[in-house]
Amino acid sequence: MTVNQASNRSLQLTADGQLRHFLTLDGLDRALLTDILDTADSFIEVGERSIKKVPLLRGRTVVNLFFESSTRTRSTFELAAKRLSADVLNLDINTSATSKGESLSDTLLNLEAMASDMFVVRHSQSGAPHFIAESVTPGVAIINAGDGRHAHPTQAMLDMLTIRQHKGGFEGLKVAIVGDVLHSRVARSQIRALNELGAAEVRVIAPGTLLPRDVESLGCTVEYDMHKGMKDLDVVIMLRLQKERMEGALLPSEREFYRLYGLNQDKLALAHPECIVMHPGPINRGVEIESAVADGPQSVILDQVTNGIAIRMAVMSMAMGGQVSERNQQQAGSKQA
Amino acid sequence: MTALLDMNRLLDELEAGLREILADRGVTSPALIGIRTGGVWLADVMRKRLGLEEPFGELDISFYRDDFSRIGLNPKVKPSSLPFSTEDRDIILIDDVIMSGRTIRAAMNEIFDYGRPASIILATLVDLGARELPIQPDVVGKVLTLESHQRVKLRGPDPLHIELQETGQ
Repeated sequence: MTVNQASNRSLQLTADGQLRHFLTLDGLDRALLTDILDTADSFIEVGERSIKKVPLLRGRTVVNLFFESSTRTRSTFELAAKRLSADVLNLDINTSATSKGESLSDTLLNLEAMASDMFVVRHSQSGAPHFIAESVTPGVAIINAGDGRHAHPTQAMLDMLTIRQHKGGFEGLKVAIVGDVLHSRVARSQIRALNELGAAEVRVIAPGTLLPRDVESLGCTVEYDMHKGMKDLDVVIMLRLQKERMEGALLPSEREFYRLYGLNQDKLALAHPECIVMHPGPINRGVEIESAVADGPQSVILDQVTNGIAIRMAVMSMAMGGQVSERNQQQAGSKQA
Repeated sequence: MTALLDMNRLLDELEAGLREILADRGVTSPALIGIRTGGVWLADVMRKRLGLEEPFGELDISFYRDDFSRIGLNPKVKPSSLPFSTEDRDIILIDDVIMSGRTIRAAMNEIFDYGRPASIILATLVDLGARELPIQPDVVGKVLTLESHQRVKLRGPDPLHIELQETGQ
């Protein structure tokens, strides 16, 4: 384990190995990732009841702190918190205090003064959720909802849950991640999760201009030719072309990109016949993926959205559980002392 | 002690008690729900003994426990599964051991999130007393009084037997 992994582990876990923040998949082992998936499975069942609510976070306050806009991620976090019976505050910081000049630290101090128990943080700067987790009052859990190009761990875990549902497990699976890996925090978290959970091969398929340097060091093979890369795949994960993050001429044109790296029925036919098609959304139809594929029988894109709620319920309740049990142990310890 | 905990006799008691209360209340097709893990084994046995055709439900009460704010979430939670609607049904809720009554409170809260049952009959194999809530089983296999250093645990599912544990204090 590297120094970085060890420090991620100690920041995210209590002394007895329970989750207390969820910032990155680095430093979390297969057993814990499996616990998250298993717990999420139980929350899927809750989502099928007439009353889709459990009392775990009753009386607790969850603040959705979005420094970067998002519809799907924020709404599934909000729904997840509400199904756990928490009170939810949605703060869109772009349009809020920081635009009046308040610093991040001051914003946080104010929110802590409102007795918040959990911050769900989305930020364009890599490492922002870590920074907050290191400085926040003990007892407050931080969940990373996507930071810069660094990580999007709940998205990766909902993808793992979707793969496990459809494939039964990870053993022997060949998985490809296609498209704009360079700007994708999701891809980094997915590669890490797939390796930790034991997938046989993780391939990235992309033009060289949309791959980070040393991408193989993340734990994947590289294929520039999608026709070759689709061979034998069990799972293909399409990434959104992040037009808003494109600087300079990384792409010849959208049409050219679609011809080479867009997923259509012809390319999908090269994969294993039961290959599932995934996409974190929002999809650009006709840019990364053909409508007939996105809406086709091999697509599990809408399962991903449903699973997103269950994964977020799992991570929120586990992190809150870790915080409360840690605090109780500390109080018990100080009574004895 | 071992003779007192003859499993067949406990199950006979439970079955006879259930038959009696079902007859008293005129309930002909109850829905059976077991609380994981021991209660699920017992639900399986009682379903056969009572000749019920409908599959039984399994409840994992981890999301409803009242000690989340002390010990956090049970990492081994499994999905609950109720293969029938609870709405307007007469339910038999089964668990292996009742003590504080907190598990039953959690289980009843969970059942009500599936719908409004017509009634709930509570059956437990063993009643250890030591209640902390005003919850009493309708049917009990055996009432036991343990020494403070003793615990009981149902082992199973095949064969079902009750283990008396000495905690060595």
